[in-house]
Amino acid sequence: MQATHSHPAVHDHHAHAQPTGLMRWITTTNHKDIGTMYLWFSFTMFLVGGILALALRSELFQPGLQLVEPEVFNQLTTMHGVIMVFGAIMPAFVGFANWMIPLQIGAADMAFARMNNWSFWLLPPAALLLVISFFVPGGAAAGGWTLYPPLSVQMGPGMDLAIFALHILGASSIMGSINIVTTILNMRAPGMTLMKMPLFCWTWLITAYLLIAVMPVLAGAITMILTDRHFDTHFFNAAGGGDPVLFQHVFWFFGHPEVYIMILPAFGIVSEIIPAFARKPLFGYTSMVYATSSIAILSFIVWAHHMFTVGMPATAQLFFMYATMLIAVPTGVKVFNWVATMWKGSMTFETPMLFACGFIFVFTMGGFTGLILAITPIDIQLHDTYFVVAHFHYVLVAGSLFALFAGVYYWLPKWTGHMYNETLGKAHFWLSVIFFNITFFVQHFLGLAGMPRRVPDYALQFADFNMISTIGAFGFGITQLLFLYIVVSCIRGGEKAADKPWEGAQGLEWTVPSPAPHHTFETPPVVR
Amino acid sequence: MSQSATASSSTAPHYFVPQPSTWPIFGSFALFFMALGTTLWMNDVGWGKFMLIGGLCILFYMMFGWFGTVIGESEGGLYSKRVDISFRWSMGWFIFSEVMFFAAFFGVLFYMRVISVPDLGSLDSRLLWPEFTASWPVAGPGIRESFQTISAFGLPAINTMLLLASGVTITLAHWALLANNRPALVRWMVATIVLGTVFLFVQGYEYVHAWRDLNLQLDMGAYGATFFMLTGFHGFHVTIGTIMLIVITIRCAKGHFTPENHFGFEGVAWYWHFVDVVWLLLFVVVYAL
Repeated sequence: MQATHSHPAVHDHHAHAQPTGLMRWITTTNHKDIGTMYLWFSFTMFLVGGILALALRSELFQPGLQLVEPEVFNQLTTMHGVIMVFGAIMPAFVGFANWMIPLQIGAADMAFARMNNWSFWLLPPAALLLVISFFVPGGAAAGGWTLYPPLSVQMGPGMDLAIFALHILGASSIMGSINIVTTILNMRAPGMTLMKMPLFCWTWLITAYLLIAVMPVLAGAITMILTDRHFDTHFFNAAGGGDPVLFQHVFWFFGHPEVYIMILPAFGIVSEIIPAFARKPLFGYTSMVYATSSIAILSFIVWAHHMFTVGMPATAQLFFMYATMLIAVPTGVKVFNWVATMWKGSMTFETPMLFACGFIFVFTMGGFTGLILAITPIDIQLHDTYFVVAHFHYVLVAGSLFALFAGVYYWLPKWTGHMYNETLGKAHFWLSVIFFNITFFVQHFLGLAGMPRRVPDYALQFADFNMISTIGAFGFGITQLLFLYIVVSCIRGGEKAADKPWEGAQGLEWTVPSPAPHHTFETPPVVR
Repeated sequence: MSQSATASSSTAPHYFVPQPSTWPIFGSFALFFMALGTTLWMNDVGWGKFMLIGGLCILFYMMFGWFGTVIGESEGGLYSKRVDISFRWSMGWFIFSEVMFFAAFFGVLFYMRVISVPDLGSLDSRLLWPEFTASWPVAGPGIRESFQTISAFGLPAINTMLLLASGVTITLAHWALLANNRPALVRWMVATIVLGTVFLFVQGYEYVHAWRDLNLQLDMGAYGATFFMLTGFHGFHVTIGTIMLIVITIRCAKGHFTPENHFGFEGVAWYWHFVDVVWLLLFVVVYAL
């Protein structure tokens, strides 16, 4: 893909006086500013959620109750999940979308720049509501991030605050997604056909479609929780003809696409990085697009594999088991395409490539445990054990988070105009991947041995593995401070980055200067 | 390739990117106060409702100002053809998200009628609820009170006619706009608003009747919850749609829109047809079946 454009029109002065200081960030309609705010917000939330996780792991360091009461432990697990899913991972990917999609398709900005601002500025009030919920009578929501009734119907005002926070985050997601879909469908530079788009844009187009389809369903589900709590409806109460399992169906109709919402953009980032550092075009571009679409469509018909133990008919269990296993096919297509891209490539292993390779390796392990859990009779044994915890941390931490790190290192030169410290970046990778496995690999054994999840105390035979897991968690947590240091020092200075710092990188974003000027592609480039 | 490239870049050389704006942050404060206020109010903290009202006021101020800005930009000729296409895509996707919101509640109704209520009346639940037999409409095995339902072919049928007629009148208004016939446009728009408003009054009367005379209330288990939540959210959407119609009618009377360029009008018409279709589904699965 080659881009020719007369000049990336650079305007630093406008007819209107631009607000400065805090007001610049509050009022901005610039996709780069908004992307930056998304990324910092998500990193802040990542640290908050991480501190909650370390509190959990501290309690689990030894059997018995040491640090927190069981009620507080439940609040910590719940809020760790909610904050990491809705506060850290999702906004981080939206931050990447804001920064990179206009640059990659040659657009001046997002289609709706003002609404883009609101999508971001809805996040802080929602986060504030979640923080406030810790200090109301009864504390924060403690029913697990899935908010299952009857627990979620019985709890105190903290649950109401969590519900409203999710409503606001959902509104933000829907607006952000409509913006992304519209930008991709309508703002591409001349010649940038859909099948020429970088894969990151493709994965976000499909992710945004998923978000628009399922966030309203979550809104409906939690609205019914709210009316069951305060307005005497009986949606999830058998005495009124309802069913707590009904909530699980509605929730997971949202929830399963949601987990792909958190991984598809990661696939996109990795699909950008592997070709760049293998110095070869992506193997099987078209099949990547179709595989992503297949995963998205299949995600709507697999939700009940989260519910194999609720007492479904065997036919339903079989259907959801086979449908779930079918997802391994398009996912396998992706993994093999990445490996085939590397095949006979001139590979180098800078930090983005290390994280991308780490992603493939460790995410695939999470994919395999997913296949194991898809098998109904095995899932009935492993349901709600630490095996499940290990599985979804392999795909969410080693999957989504590692891809986010890879993307940050890959595009940081473009964002800041400086190269990051390669040695420290590599150290960040190796420490992360080692401590990650120390934390979560042993949890497979705990789960297979029968340790239930979401418990503050456990039987003595689980003590050793829990101790190892806690040590790994603290190592992983502290390692992320190194990441913060690397990013901050890269912003403040460092070796000057070239417009295209990576020899094998492809795409329009490398045709603009580093750091990318405030306004890019005000005159669309022509892609041939 | 290069031909089509030059063609599209000549039609839309610049895409309108708005200046920095303070409207969004007002909306964020509004939703924060609304969420916190409602939580306090629901948990018996009386002054919560004032916080809710305050949040609502900020929200209305924000919407008024923000939409005003957009209208000013549109009438000021800042929006190119490309921006118009953006609005079309976004309105379509927004309506799709609304469809999914209603789909959740329709799904719940389906589940209750087909799965949970029959299950509660089956042998499995005999030990717990020996007297309960599955039927529809029903409140549920734990609710002793009885209620009556609203017959589909009374007021709901009239309401169906009203909404279908409003779909016709808004199309006639659109045709008048395309023919640049301003008086006819405003007349048909007013007719659409009247039909929508009458629908809302009929629905309000039906609610009072159901609540007082038929003992059909929100706490009447499966039927009460699905009936009021589905028709209630629909009525809420009709209310929003009617407000949108009123705004558009005022704009039509002021001389906004041209036969070539009037997506503000069309977006509202799309939305109105959407609430119309939701009602037809409601009429069939909530009232008739």
